[in-house]
Amino acid sequence: MQSLILGAATGGINTGDILFQLVSFIILLVLLRKYAWGPLMGIMKERQSHINSEIDAAEQSRQEAKTYLETQVEELKKAREEAKAIIDNAKKQGEAQGEAIIKASRDEAERVKEAALAEIASEKEKAVATLRQEVAALSVKIASKVIAKELDESSQEKLINEYLQEVGESR
Amino acid sequence: MEHGAVTKDFLGLTFNLSNVLMITVSSVIVFLIAVLATRALSMRPGGMQNFLEWVVDFVKGIIGSTMDWHTGGRFLALGLTLIMYIFVANMLGLPFAVVVDHNLWWKSPTADPTITLTLAVMVVALSHYYGVRMKGFKEYGAEFFKPMKFLFPLKIIEEFANTLTLGLRLYGNIFAGEMLLALLAGLGTSGIFQGVFALLPMMVWQGFSIFVGAIQAFIFTMLTMVYLAHKVSHDH
Repeated sequence: MQSLILGAATGGINTGDILFQLVSFIILLVLLRKYAWGPLMGIMKERQSHINSEIDAAEQSRQEAKTYLETQVEELKKAREEAKAIIDNAKKQGEAQGEAIIKASRDEAERVKEAALAEIASEKEKAVATLRQEVAALSVKIASKVIAKELDESSQEKLINEYLQEVGESR
Repeated sequence: MEHGAVTKDFLGLTFNLSNVLMITVSSVIVFLIAVLATRALSMRPGGMQNFLEWVVDFVKGIIGSTMDWHTGGRFLALGLTLIMYIFVANMLGLPFAVVVDHNLWWKSPTADPTITLTLAVMVVALSHYYGVRMKGFKEYGAEFFKPMKFLFPLKIIEEFANTLTLGLRLYGNIFAGEMLLALLAGLGTSGIFQGVFALLPMMVWQGFSIFVGAIQAFIFTMLTMVYLAHKVSHDH
């Protein structure tokens, strides 16, 4: 049962050792593949894909942020332009309105002046017409009086004076 | 420094009980390390998981240097188990050896040519198996006649030489290391003066043996992948 040997080198072939080594190694391989390497590979692969997806997500959000920034800048520019346009518009409108008001008041003043002048002229005409009528009536009256009675020179003068006085009073 | 070994015949097979014990111990240690390290897996690795992931990357590097990953990915579990098993087996004989009644019980299992040659034959057989399976028998057979037909005998010899060198290199390195350790230990225990004298070379040689054990585990795995790549790759 025992053999004296150098170290562990055996006389004859240890067929059992060969078989035992082979079987135990295969069992170890199978067990480790199932309980150690499998889960370890799984978690390493998972981490890899996690990192991959994280990088992708970061890249995507960076892209999104860039797009947002661009639109924001564009919007801001547009808003500025719009505000400028509104202010300009308002200025222009104000100026136009002011001018219109001034023009309207000028026209109004002109119109009022003209109306006043026209009224003055018509009043004057009316007055002249009335005077004429009265002078005519007076003349007729004087003439009829002169014709109706023969008068001496003095009494005629007296009469004329009387009438003239009358005219003066009636004025 | 001659030690015996307890052998037992069982079912017509001869078992060296010391080898059986040490193979079991190595397998259990490797299994415990690997399984305990992968119990609390997390996306942010720490401690043992980090170490094991480093080993995985290391073996991936070995495979990647010999064949493309599409072909070599399937050998990752084999490479991982090989490198850890051989490394642990190499380390077992370093701190101490247990001798009971002149029979050596505790030692590196890889300090026995039977064990290393078994592993080597297994690797070479696997390389032939995968060669036939992945390239087809015709292309696999044609490899033996390339680049010249008359090289066929050399190719056959090469297969046996590969097997022998793969197994005996590992055995030789580890056995020599243990032998010298045993001699130093024998010297150290023979007297006070010898003990002091042996302490320094003992420490140096143990440190060197750790280095050799790690290197041999790496070389064995590397050559395994080289032989596999040689058989399964199309590009030569």
